[in-house]
Amino acid sequence: MHTRTLAELAAALRDGDFSSEELVGHFLDRIETLDATLNAFVTVTRDQALEAARSADSARADGQAGPLTGLPIAHKDIFCTRGVKTSCGSRMLDNFVSPYDATVVGRLKAAGVVMLGKTNMDEFAMGSSNETSWYGPVRNPWDLNKVPGGSSGGSAAAVAARMAPAATGTDTGGSIRQPAALTNTTGLKPTYGRVSRYGMIAFASSLDQAGTITASAEDAAMLLGAMAGHDPRDSTSAEVPVPDYLEALGQSLSGVRIGLAKEFLDDGLDPGNAAVLEQALKVFRGLGASVEEVSLPNLGLSVPTYYVVAPAECSSNLSRFDGIRFGYRAEDPRDLTDLYKRSRGEGFGAEVKRRIMTGTYVLSAGYYDAYYLKAQRVRQLIAGDFQRVFQDVDLIVGPTTPTPAFDIGAKVDDPVTMYLNDIYTIGVNLAGLPGMSVPCGFVGGLPVGLQIIGNHFDEGRLLNAAYMYQRETDWHHRVPDGFSPESG
Amino acid sequence: MEWEVVIGLEIHAQLKTASKIFSAASTQFGAEPNTQACLVDLGYPGVLPVLNGDAVRMAVRFGLASHSSIAPRSIFARKNYFYPDLPKGYQISQYELPVVHDGWVDVVLDDGSRKRVGITRAHLEEDAGKSLHEDFHGLTGIDLNRAGTPLLEIVSEPDMRSAKEAVAYMKLIHQLVRYLDICDGNMQEGSLRCDANISVRPMGRHEFGTRAEIKNLNSFRFIERAINYEAERQIDIIESGGSVVQETRLYDSGKDETRPMRSKEEANDYRYFPDPDLLPLKIEEQTVESIRADLPELPWEKRDRFVESYGLSDYDAGVLTTARSTADYFETVASGGADAKLAANWVMGELAGALNKAGIEIENSPVGPDALRGLLSRIADETISGKIAKEVFESMWAGEGSADEIIDGKGLRQITDSSAIQSVIDQVLADNPQQLEQYRAGKVKLLGFFVGQVMKATRGQANPAQVNDLLRRSLDG
Amino acid sequence: MALTRRQVENIANLARLEITEEEIPAFVENLSGIIDLVDQLNAAQTDHVEPMAHPLNMVQPLRDDRVTEIDERDVFQANASQLESGLYLVPKVIE
Repeated sequence: MHTRTLAELAAALRDGDFSSEELVGHFLDRIETLDATLNAFVTVTRDQALEAARSADSARADGQAGPLTGLPIAHKDIFCTRGVKTSCGSRMLDNFVSPYDATVVGRLKAAGVVMLGKTNMDEFAMGSSNETSWYGPVRNPWDLNKVPGGSSGGSAAAVAARMAPAATGTDTGGSIRQPAALTNTTGLKPTYGRVSRYGMIAFASSLDQAGTITASAEDAAMLLGAMAGHDPRDSTSAEVPVPDYLEALGQSLSGVRIGLAKEFLDDGLDPGNAAVLEQALKVFRGLGASVEEVSLPNLGLSVPTYYVVAPAECSSNLSRFDGIRFGYRAEDPRDLTDLYKRSRGEGFGAEVKRRIMTGTYVLSAGYYDAYYLKAQRVRQLIAGDFQRVFQDVDLIVGPTTPTPAFDIGAKVDDPVTMYLNDIYTIGVNLAGLPGMSVPCGFVGGLPVGLQIIGNHFDEGRLLNAAYMYQRETDWHHRVPDGFSPESG
Repeated sequence: MEWEVVIGLEIHAQLKTASKIFSAASTQFGAEPNTQACLVDLGYPGVLPVLNGDAVRMAVRFGLASHSSIAPRSIFARKNYFYPDLPKGYQISQYELPVVHDGWVDVVLDDGSRKRVGITRAHLEEDAGKSLHEDFHGLTGIDLNRAGTPLLEIVSEPDMRSAKEAVAYMKLIHQLVRYLDICDGNMQEGSLRCDANISVRPMGRHEFGTRAEIKNLNSFRFIERAINYEAERQIDIIESGGSVVQETRLYDSGKDETRPMRSKEEANDYRYFPDPDLLPLKIEEQTVESIRADLPELPWEKRDRFVESYGLSDYDAGVLTTARSTADYFETVASGGADAKLAANWVMGELAGALNKAGIEIENSPVGPDALRGLLSRIADETISGKIAKEVFESMWAGEGSADEIIDGKGLRQITDSSAIQSVIDQVLADNPQQLEQYRAGKVKLLGFFVGQVMKATRGQANPAQVNDLLRRSLDG
Repeated sequence: MALTRRQVENIANLARLEITEEEIPAFVENLSGIIDLVDQLNAAQTDHVEPMAHPLNMVQPLRDDRVTEIDERDVFQANASQLESGLYLVPKVIE
């Protein structure tokens, strides 16, 4: 049953092929068998999951089931879950049990979705390889020596290995799309403000956005419909009506104008990735879409812009972790300053410290204008580039990553090299746009992703393009050896 | 050398909202520790601020009343620093673009002259929690109930030149925020408190001296004392060849001195930046106009009107309009046809004294304005004398009934029947032949003695004017 | 631009992060590399460009002034390690 998509599982539950309890039990068993190898989960909530599955089954028996009732998913451990440890991949929150549910968690729960557990991630979502987690690296099910990408690496690996049919993720600079690309899963990062950030532990507030990692675009559409919409607890969540995303699927791409940004085709792009991208464009042309070259001249500045804006916001967002009200507290502090410094020094890992320190520096007296304000101006230029291009095209496509998955340990000591891995995804966050990564082929046996970018609140069109592409291709159905149908 | 003191105040007014500025927890004072600190106030991971609309409207009310500009677009920023009473590690405040800016108020000084004080800006921000320094085994306890209470920080220009001017300005702001019903003004509970920026310069010099900031002054008396102490301290330093250090100081009311704050010693770099969790605050012109239309009569407008319409002195009008509740009380009494000056005297005299003695607010006075008017009308129609009225007032205060009930019940009605008074006079003259003889021999001062005797015999109820008149006739005739 | 050891120590202090003697050289090197990366921004021509703080051009929504939170102190304090009489405890604060 685990090879089916969420949409197929929903139909099977509806048709009574199996119960939610059986379905949830099956995935829990897979996690138990496989996760010792992959390390994709920080917490597995077996008992709660089975109990929730049973109440989903009785809701169905009572005729109270909705489209998502009884479907299991995993939540990235950045979402607060009431009564369940919420670690954010950090020693700082290793002992933290959230007293409340994030809006995303609450909405999915209300729709009858069953949580299997919480997935591993880069510490506080800061990383592109899942190596900065306090709980150790997640392994890529396509090659256990490779990273699964990050920061939503646990969610991506869990879905790729079909330990969960779908998972939530968050994307600040590519943290959904990049791991989706490296694990052959479908990643959706909605428009900034489309989904509430309430209860999602903040990394960079003006960039963070919750989304999904699924086996298909249709599955993403199903989940987004339940997650999206204004939340009175999040001032930055948009008061824009949520369309029926499933309804929008299946529309012809004939006449759809697709822009290929030439800045994506730079020297850093692996020739293998470039070739796969070219194949994908052919598919779109075959579907009736036109592909034209467009230009985003300031996109090259997106990495430096991001590494001012994101660290600045994170340096402030993470100040609340001081050992006093929650989280790690250093033993026997000498005085107040020692309590702060050691709780934070011992509770945070090296990458988080680097980002806090970078952010502290760029906001400090004498540097604010040169770095922070300057970055905000360049951010305006980058966002403006996209808006200019969207006057001529409906969607923009490009590679999600420059290369397939790299070796665990290869870039971990070289932050700048690691940062450049997100070169194609970061601009989307700076501009607040929705973006997806869909499986589009393999390079040296490793999956790579096609990135599709839409204009603000144009998730419907974006999902439809991905859906139509997936009707023509079968990349997204491929499951890594060892995690294939026979093995589970 | 003659020195001039230069003072600017930063006043923090806790706004009178029911819930906090960014959360739906209560702002009620005095609850058990941390029982009014919700997830947002505690800075829990993942939570987000949502702005309280009433806090914004209250800020605009203040802005309009203080002749200030209301920013059509203002921004909330984060002020980053670590302190245990600041749960998020930053305070949400307005920095570059405050909601209110560039206004002024006129302060009436003791000598009756007016002094204009500029309002640089007034911005919205959140209050911090409280550190309790009682000994918890050598540790400090943190109560975050106050965290997130809305504050309006009102920053003045350095326009004040003495402690007295600063106090007069603070009193005006105290009066204004209560008139506007945006702050309860309770300084003891910290609802209104201020920091004072103080510097000194030789009289006549244009440039400012180096200033010190005195934190957390929470009474008019402390403001005056702290400024005077600090100005003296700075003058002493300069006169003995030293120079003033720019620093933050704390006023110790026990020792009546200021001293440097150790926790603020470390030079702070607040790393302000716009709070990405909050969007630009836009205030439409029509919102401003509807708030303007809803403004109450302001204290200075009321004072002028009291002088004009009731013929009161500037001083009396000033006293009566100090608090809106007192002014309202007075007007209820006076507008019902009572003599305004009589009403003013009673409100400022007998009533204020009784309230003060009992520690009761005028809104809760056991003698309400209608009841007092009832009493004053009995003075006006000569049913009782002013002296008897005080006795009646005491009974009213004690809850013995209305003025008329007490007058009738105790038989206090003034005697105005001439023949009745005359017969008392006849009796008094007959009882005091010796004094009568002396009077008639020219000792006219004894008139007072006879008046006293007559009043005593009538238990004060005889109309004093008639007594005088009839007595004179009897004595001289 | 290369950061000095002194600058890195100051930043760590401002951010209240304890870093050990042995860690300092790596932080100096890494942070200098990051600052070099972000220094690329200097190349951008940004005269007359408004700083962009938010990706969407939206306005702050306002909440009604209603108290809806109830006292959940015991639940919220379950995550705190040092408490007494409902207060969070910290080493002595000196004003």
